[in-house]
Amino acid sequence: MAQSLDDISRQLKKRHRRSAQMKWLSMSALIAAGVFLVLFLTDMLIKGLPAFQQGYIEVEIDYSERAAELPLAAVQADVRDLVSRGYLRLIPGRMAENESLLGTQRMEWVLADDEVDQYLKGRQTGLKDKQIAVIDRLAEQGRAELKFNTGFFTNGDSKLPEMAGLASAAIGSVLVLIVTLAFAFPVGVMTAVYLEEFAPDNRFTRFLEININNLAAIPSILFGLLGLAIFINFFGVPRSSALAGGLTLGLMTLPIIIITSRAALSAVPDSIRHAAFGVGATRWQAVRDHVLPLSMPGIFTGSIIGLAQALGETAPLIIIGMIAYIPDAPTSFTQAATVLPAQIFTWAGMPESSYVERTAAGILVLLTVLISLNATAVYLRKKFEHRW
Amino acid sequence: MKPFTVSTIGLAAVMAASIGTAHARDQIRIVGSSTVFPFASYVAEELGATTDWPTPVIESTGSGGGMKLFCEGSSLDTPDITNASRRMKPSEFERCQENGVTDITEAMVGYDGIAFAQSNKNDSAAFTREQIAMALLEQVPVDGKLVENPYMKWSDIDSSLPDREIRVYGPPTTSGTRDAFEELVLESVTEEMEAYGNEGYANLRKDGVYIDAGENDNLIVQKLEKDTDAFGIFGYSFLEENADKLAGANIDGVAPEPEAIGSGDYPVSRSLWFYIKNSHADDVPAMGDYVELFMSDKMISDLGYLKGIGLIPMPQDLLNEWQEKVADRKALELSGLK
Repeated sequence: MAQSLDDISRQLKKRHRRSAQMKWLSMSALIAAGVFLVLFLTDMLIKGLPAFQQGYIEVEIDYSERAAELPLAAVQADVRDLVSRGYLRLIPGRMAENESLLGTQRMEWVLADDEVDQYLKGRQTGLKDKQIAVIDRLAEQGRAELKFNTGFFTNGDSKLPEMAGLASAAIGSVLVLIVTLAFAFPVGVMTAVYLEEFAPDNRFTRFLEININNLAAIPSILFGLLGLAIFINFFGVPRSSALAGGLTLGLMTLPIIIITSRAALSAVPDSIRHAAFGVGATRWQAVRDHVLPLSMPGIFTGSIIGLAQALGETAPLIIIGMIAYIPDAPTSFTQAATVLPAQIFTWAGMPESSYVERTAAGILVLLTVLISLNATAVYLRKKFEHRW
Repeated sequence: MKPFTVSTIGLAAVMAASIGTAHARDQIRIVGSSTVFPFASYVAEELGATTDWPTPVIESTGSGGGMKLFCEGSSLDTPDITNASRRMKPSEFERCQENGVTDITEAMVGYDGIAFAQSNKNDSAAFTREQIAMALLEQVPVDGKLVENPYMKWSDIDSSLPDREIRVYGPPTTSGTRDAFEELVLESVTEEMEAYGNEGYANLRKDGVYIDAGENDNLIVQKLEKDTDAFGIFGYSFLEENADKLAGANIDGVAPEPEAIGSGDYPVSRSLWFYIKNSHADDVPAMGDYVELFMSDKMISDLGYLKGIGLIPMPQDLLNEWQEKVADRKALELSGLK
């Protein structure tokens, strides 16, 4: 059917218009995603940044004999409610350790109660007018200040909001990741080597392959159930321990490591293998000395991304008892431990506004760690990547 | 491939070391009610800070979930203590017995009221228990016959009530708060009504009017702030912590205040408990100190620390009675639970 030039140019116009529309549509999708990200980050920053500062007040501490029995007696009545109980309860212990303290009085900067901290940050609190007057007086004399919150990075969880910190959760996360890596990396890479380099291509291996790909998409909570059944109930690994958590997260990370390692291995061209066979290398020698070293950057990248995912995971850990009140930092793999996202989850369930602040600050810390892990992965890939 | 060998051997060693660790331990393991959780963890922290024992590990599993774990057996990898915001049920006690958990001591620590609360941007509200039950039950009597709950607005139930849609956020079935709410409001009302055959009926509506908000009471508080039409069901301590955002409704003419809850005038109040597995006492020596600290005047009396975070203390003579019972590790018996 013949078309006139008019028809064609009209059609052309229509098609170009459509193309422009689609471009704008996809761009607005990007903008929407960007807006969500910016909103989330600013919300977290606004809520979380105040948590990096903590209120302190300067008061006179009286190391009397009475204070060794009843710590509240160490401070004067008007500031008694304003000093953190977490500080006061340590006084008897400190006096027992250092006997020369007895009978002395000194001015000390001490951690303030969370309500004082919130008041100094300009929030509404349940403080009484009398207490507010005392804080105002202290602030005027330069004896009530916000200082950098070192406790947030050196303390474990606490029921006293002003004392609560991330340290034990961070140590728990490190221990868990060590176990995850020690378990998932060797098993994952060796599985990938076998499937890619040794296994025959038959129905069975293809079946395995499909299942490994499916495993990577399984909801993580199921790995928690598996971990409970296998590691805790069958092998008797202690509940809530970094070992149980690490192995469970290792199961979850395995498919990711296998898939990325296989991709890295298959990216090594066959000419390398043929050259090795040509000088008489066995298949294992060719893999060990040539293929594996060349594919390592890709394998590392995949493993780091897998680990980053494991670091942010909470769902499977609920089932194996790691979402709990665990304020002490674990000193071994078999002790009860909690992890960063679990700590954030616990704080999110607390009513005091100091915890709301800490929840957001914890998210900021976790995000920073995750971004640096992923940046390392990108860096490794860029630096060692081969182009064939 | 040295790193592989090293890490594999390392892992094998760790695995081997971990198997068969069920001998004496320093760290107490506690599970149970999310309502008792803040009080128990406060005591746990105090124990960790002021003694040489490590801080006990406390999991917030809900009362029912805690009983299940606690009664699983008497081996050392089961919890030593479970918290509960209601008494142990006879069925749970029997389950415990069947699994060899026979020597249990019961401890009462104080009270908690269940608040029926809303955002404080609204006018204050007052309900009877019957009105609340009629708003939430799946089947209600209309002209003496049970029908699917037709009420969509509070004013449909009684014209004196506000013209607001009924929407209630509350805890899930594993929660002790839910158990107590069902028993103290729904069942106690329906037992008095002929239409239900004078039997307790506590099936909640499934048409989206009652919204299950999970074990996280904080979530309910946040929902109420945004959704000012709605009401929420949660423990009194959360109402107290959020007094700047929420207001509790009067129930049967009584406001949720500490005195009214402790005296029992406020009709929806309950007692808080924990249960001790005495067979663990020798292998987990810290248990004794923890229990003693929890039951001390310093913690749960009228002058105790836990009052400051929302526990409603028992009257002193009742407290002394419980302190004595717990100190003697009086064994719990089935007849004691009925």
